Amino acid sequence: MKLNRRAFIGTAAAAAGTFAAPLLVRADGHAKPRVVIVGGGAGGATAARYIAKDSNGEIDVTLIEPTRTYYTCFFSNLYLGGFRTMDSLGHSYGTLAAEYGINVVHDWATGVDRDAKTVTTAGGYTIPYDRLILSPGIDFVDGAVAGWDVSSQNAMPHAYKAGSQTELLRAQIEAMPQGGTYAMVAPPNPFRCPPGPYERISMVAHMLKENNPTAKILIADPKEKFSKQGLFEDGWSTHYAGMIERVGPDFGGDNVEVDPNAMTLSIDGEVTNVDVCNVIPAMKAGKIAEIAGITEGNWAPVNAADLSSKMDENIHILGDACAQGDMPKSGFSANSQAKVCANAVRGALTGSTVFPARFANTCWSLIDTNDGVKVGASYEATDEKIAKVDGFISEVGESADVRQATFEESVGWYDGITADMFG
Amino acid sequence: MSSLRNTISTVAIAAFAAVAHADVGGDAERGENLFRQCSGCHQVGAGAEDRVGPHLNGIFDSPAGDSEGYRYSNGMERAAAGGLIWTYETLDAYIKDPRSLVSQTRMSFGGFDDQQDRDDVLAFLRRFSDNPQDIPESAPTAVAVDHEIAPEILAIVGDPAYGEYLSGECTACHQTSGAANGIPSITHWPSEDFVIAMHAYKDGVRQHPVMQMMAGRLSNEEIAALAAYFKDIE
Repeated sequence: MKLNRRAFIGTAAAAAGTFAAPLLVRADGHAKPRVVIVGGGAGGATAARYIAKDSNGEIDVTLIEPTRTYYTCFFSNLYLGGFRTMDSLGHSYGTLAAEYGINVVHDWATGVDRDAKTVTTAGGYTIPYDRLILSPGIDFVDGAVAGWDVSSQNAMPHAYKAGSQTELLRAQIEAMPQGGTYAMVAPPNPFRCPPGPYERISMVAHMLKENNPTAKILIADPKEKFSKQGLFEDGWSTHYAGMIERVGPDFGGDNVEVDPNAMTLSIDGEVTNVDVCNVIPAMKAGKIAEIAGITEGNWAPVNAADLSSKMDENIHILGDACAQGDMPKSGFSANSQAKVCANAVRGALTGSTVFPARFANTCWSLIDTNDGVKVGASYEATDEKIAKVDGFISEVGESADVRQATFEESVGWYDGITADMFG
Repeated sequence: MSSLRNTISTVAIAAFAAVAHADVGGDAERGENLFRQCSGCHQVGAGAEDRVGPHLNGIFDSPAGDSEGYRYSNGMERAAAGGLIWTYETLDAYIKDPRSLVSQTRMSFGGFDDQQDRDDVLAFLRRFSDNPQDIPESAPTAVAVDHEIAPEILAIVGDPAYGEYLSGECTACHQTSGAANGIPSITHWPSEDFVIAMHAYKDGVRQHPVMQMMAGRLSNEEIAALAAYFKDIE
């Protein structure tokens, strides 16, 4: 059965190749199983690299990613704080193409035909797959913040996909008048990088403390609690006393409206003039997951053992976009899930050994110079979900040496995970 | 003439300073105590062997990367090819900040900031150089183990293929190239050292929350598999 199916796919692929592109045609006539991966971040790039590396050429791997230089969202807050350059966050796909033989297609995936098992792109290509891995990250929920939509992201940046938005936000913070106000509209759960908004507050405060010490930071937050709250609040009172005010849902932090033209933020009807307004709206799976018809609500539900879609056994969803259970939406999680998925996909397509799933996550955050904290957990696959097994978190009152070591460790992790993603 | 005299006196002072460091400045007894920070990886003394790091007998005035059979990092190989010799000055610079002297060294050590500490450690190490007969007839000073584990655990032969799969959990942070920058290198360790280190985390003897969590759910066989994989990783 398996051989017949593959032979059939090979024929279909050859036909598609005639009006697709030369880059899709291989001399061996597509006898190999094909994996197509959409999204070249912590999930997609890792999955592409591991499948290509471990299959020793037995699987054709195509990675569809629109950007030629990928800027990591993780560590982009450190750019806002002046601890990293934007260049240091940029990564090319050259090694994946040159050393791993991955077919890197810089294009937008705009359609998935689950019956024909093809992906179409904005550039007009149709790319067949045996297994499709979607790792599209996040998009924003329309109308999540009253008064804001993507057309206002220049006046009020989200800066939650790293790159030009992050640079824009930093430029706006640097241009704030002395004593001005930086406002953040924080997102509701679940969202990418749970400590991210609060690490960002720390980094913005660090920059303002140096350049604009009378400035204020105002957070409108729809959540009662947030990740590493005790650690952040302790750090804020130590390093940035009197600068940061957070309005939670008990005081209307969940009832927010913005006016990008007037540069005002209304919290529970009380209007404040602000100089920078960082709107981080509610999130959902990257649009291609919705287009593929594998979402339920805002996210794509998956089976824990191999990250396969609960709606289509030939599609896997990684990282922020999937609903998997207990893991936070983080680059570390996506990288961890990608390796489990790569092992399972390779096993399904080539008969290689499939080892039991195991997952882990650690999130480091920087509060101020050499003041790093972390939280992490290990996870296992159960029938219902990816379930937490064990975890840890930094403690309030740790020594300066421990905090510095934690920060230095995070820098090492950045180098490690990006080597694991991009080779 | 006066400029020549100046030059001579500068040279003389530099030479004197070097002698002072080498023969007078360090307290070898104190250095022996400080060397405990090194002895997890390096042995020195009679019968010392290469472990996680190379043995340090005869290190003074030897070329870098010279311990036969030890697999050095690419960074150290480059430094050796560039002619690095372990003198008092280069050793001092290396143990002050290893990566600033040899970029991409696998030596995962933050460095001795204090000049006196460095002088003392080097005074101790110097006992094991110059003249081989000066090496005391005692057991190796280094004790590579900070944790006792059962011999049957150490005897497990790991499956490197399984280790390769499991290594995905390690390589989210530790680089397969062996580069160490804030996160230690774990490549090319002797299996025994790797296994002991992982069990020390698993049993809570070594304090690091991420490593305790990661090691905590690895079985004895899985730890052996990882040790086998990372020992011979390309």
